[in-house]
Amino acid sequence: MSCELTQTVLHGYLDGELDAARAADFERHLISCAACVAALEAHENLRSSLQRAGLYERAPLALREKLQAQLGAPARASVMPIRNPAPWRWLAVAATFLLAVFLGWRLLPLLRGNHGETALASAIVDAHLRSLQPGHLEDVQSSDQHTVKPWFDGKLDFAPPVHDFVNQGFPLQGGRLDVVHGRTVAVLVYARRKHLINVFVWPTTEPDSEPLSGSQLGYHWMDWRKAGMEMCAVSDVTPDDLSELQHLLMQ
Amino acid sequence: MSAGVEGESLDVLDSQDRARFEQLVLPHVDAAFNLSRWLMRGRADAEDVAQEAMLRAFRFFRGFHGGDARAWLLQIVRNTCYTWLEKNRSVDLTTEFDEELHPQTSVTPETLAIAGDNRERLTRALEELPPRFREVLVLRELEGCSYKEIAAITSAPIGTVMSALARARQRLQRVLTQPAAQRKQEAGREL
Repeated sequence: MSCELTQTVLHGYLDGELDAARAADFERHLISCAACVAALEAHENLRSSLQRAGLYERAPLALREKLQAQLGAPARASVMPIRNPAPWRWLAVAATFLLAVFLGWRLLPLLRGNHGETALASAIVDAHLRSLQPGHLEDVQSSDQHTVKPWFDGKLDFAPPVHDFVNQGFPLQGGRLDVVHGRTVAVLVYARRKHLINVFVWPTTEPDSEPLSGSQLGYHWMDWRKAGMEMCAVSDVTPDDLSELQHLLMQ
Repeated sequence: MSAGVEGESLDVLDSQDRARFEQLVLPHVDAAFNLSRWLMRGRADAEDVAQEAMLRAFRFFRGFHGGDARAWLLQIVRNTCYTWLEKNRSVDLTTEFDEELHPQTSVTPETLAIAGDNRERLTRALEELPPRFREVLVLRELEGCSYKEIAAITSAPIGTVMSALARARQRLQRVLTQPAAQRKQEAGREL
């Protein structure tokens, strides 16, 4: 019992790559072809085994850090050779030193203003990376907001807003507790196609703010405050996707 | 192996391009690592090769004129992997696909169910496939690429992608449902 379509069109059908007319043709063929029906079922089983087995291997943190070091901070000025120091070199060193002092003096206040934000982003990206380790993503695994929300009760001194956005393409995956900067925070986990988004939520007394965003180690983050809650979403989805979820969470 | 890369100046992009690279390409570092892990059949070499590929992508980034950044990156990752394998492990690339030795036996859903979701077993089976079949399965089932994307990454026509996937799946089914010893025995007999 064999059929040549099991070598070709069946796979296009399985992968959703046939146009509507060819897919309909193949479905008609399935009615009368036992070989194709069996092969389709076998290949569907194989696919779900492959996808369930957790074979996808994410980049190790060490690789991200190496890339960040190599790409983020380029060696602009090459190191000067020490041997045979010509006088003009010392002059150059002195000039560089003076320039550094001057820049430091001018830029320090700016950097200080930004420092809190950057440190927070680092802590949150780290927490996001930790969560991607096997078994760390969710404490309560459910796509039902009425399961996830009560789960947080009694574990936190605030009630994070929990909504499922499955119809908008961001199905809720679950929630967990995490610690960021020594504070226990709620984390909501959303999926976007094959990617995960962690949304960290904690109460704040600061006024509402427009979203701030940035990226670190290849992950994008977006942080905003609304109605006494600060939220920070982090993921490897595109900034546009992140901003779409941000809009949904703001509503 | 990345020592040569580190020595070179990476100061090839201005700050605007650098920011674009961080936005468009760097988020696909997981995809880059996953593909190289499966082509290299292990994490250790995969990390080096993925790193080299990312740095290469960075250097070639001016040549990227928009479009699918993931496919563009994965094409570089794939080339970097094959170059590395040719140099260091050419035996990996010359393993013949013994389809002629294994006439298609009918695969039933029941036989596959035995394989279950055993991660170890699936990993070994996938690693047993020749790289050209392994890569289409990894791109399709793990990375979720469309045929068009796989065609771009592997520089092959879409029809070839579909038939490679068909053969890769059939081969994987056989590896999973037949013990290795039996397959060898059959191959020996038919030689």
